[in-house]
Amino acid sequence: MTRSRFNIFRFAVPQNFYPLAGKLAPIFAVTAAVLFLAGLWISFFIAPTDAQQGEVYRVIFIHVPAAWMSMFIYLVMAFWSAVGLVFNTRLSAMMAHALAPTGAMFCFVALWTGALWGRPTWGAYWVWDARLTSQLLLLFLYFGYIALINAIDDPRRADKAGAILALVGAINVPIIYFSVKWWNTLHQGASVSLTKAPSMATTMLMGMLVMAFAAWAYTIAVTLWRVRSLILERERNAEWVNEELDRLEAAA
Amino acid sequence: MKARQKRLTLIVAGLLLLGGAAALILNAFQDNLVFFHTPTEVAEGKAPTGRTFRVGGLVEAGSIKRAADGITVNFVVTDTAKSIPVSYSGPLPDLFREGKGAVVQGKLAADGHFEASEVLAKHDENYMPPEAQHAVDQAHEASRTMSQ
Repeated sequence: MTRSRFNIFRFAVPQNFYPLAGKLAPIFAVTAAVLFLAGLWISFFIAPTDAQQGEVYRVIFIHVPAAWMSMFIYLVMAFWSAVGLVFNTRLSAMMAHALAPTGAMFCFVALWTGALWGRPTWGAYWVWDARLTSQLLLLFLYFGYIALINAIDDPRRADKAGAILALVGAINVPIIYFSVKWWNTLHQGASVSLTKAPSMATTMLMGMLVMAFAAWAYTIAVTLWRVRSLILERERNAEWVNEELDRLEAAA
Repeated sequence: MKARQKRLTLIVAGLLLLGGAAALILNAFQDNLVFFHTPTEVAEGKAPTGRTFRVGGLVEAGSIKRAADGITVNFVVTDTAKSIPVSYSGPLPDLFREGKGAVVQGKLAADGHFEASEVLAKHDENYMPPEAQHAVDQAHEASRTMSQ
């Protein structure tokens, strides 16, 4: 069997991934902007008022995509951490590092919009139920991860320590997701899941999904840009990085 | 086994062990992780009635009554099997309605009624425009008259 010339694993080399990330990031950034505007348009002008909650339910269009992303990004972080530990690839750890700030941001947004939604509907900004508490723990895990990798000077050791924290913390993600099923909570159950038909009007669901895709595209774009910076920083002793830095300086 | 296969096995085994430990811990603390108890649990003596606790269920239709002082509200929280009369004086959340979910925090009085110090509304995960809600209500009404 002849091996095909295209080999995806060549992008595990930072020098090869750097230009690819540079090409892909703007595409995802533009996609994110378009989807975000479309999502906001559907959310505010097309989706109907909710029969129970009136207009306040519209927080859902930010809240749910942010909450989904905060959980999903942590799992992706854990995945890249595992890959880094197993294969000793440099780029994997950089991917995990690059994802963390965006995950923390979405986690904070989910908690913050949740509080603003909880006050008018439940009657409280915050309650210590299983869903809210485990989501707060996720924010602390993100902060802990970022603090840990920045506290260790040796990058290889920082990568390892961060990877172990990311993997251990990943156990919290299914706990967050299933908390509303396993225990009775003030937080309502999932409106959208893989196992049942969504329990919301179609235009509402559309708005939420478009916003979720916007969040995905945004996350990919900023992560790729962040990975590029991390590559330049980590590989600063390599010849090609110096050439690239000279080129960037000349362009500026 | 190659070194990287060893590392992969180690990670998978570690995660499985941690997951198992987490499951056991959460299972052991089951009673402390619930946000509220149901009226049935209270009736069976499974709720910590000695201290402040929360009861959750539906606000029984037609049960909300304002006392003469204009501040105290009396209503019944039910899980359709058992129900508990609740008295409360204070502001109620907007979504506190008959037939909808509510979680009340407080203490069980000697006469069996629940003195709430806080009332929270619990809404469900269904979102629909008012016209759709109207259609659903009418369908419910129709099926109820049919079965009678």
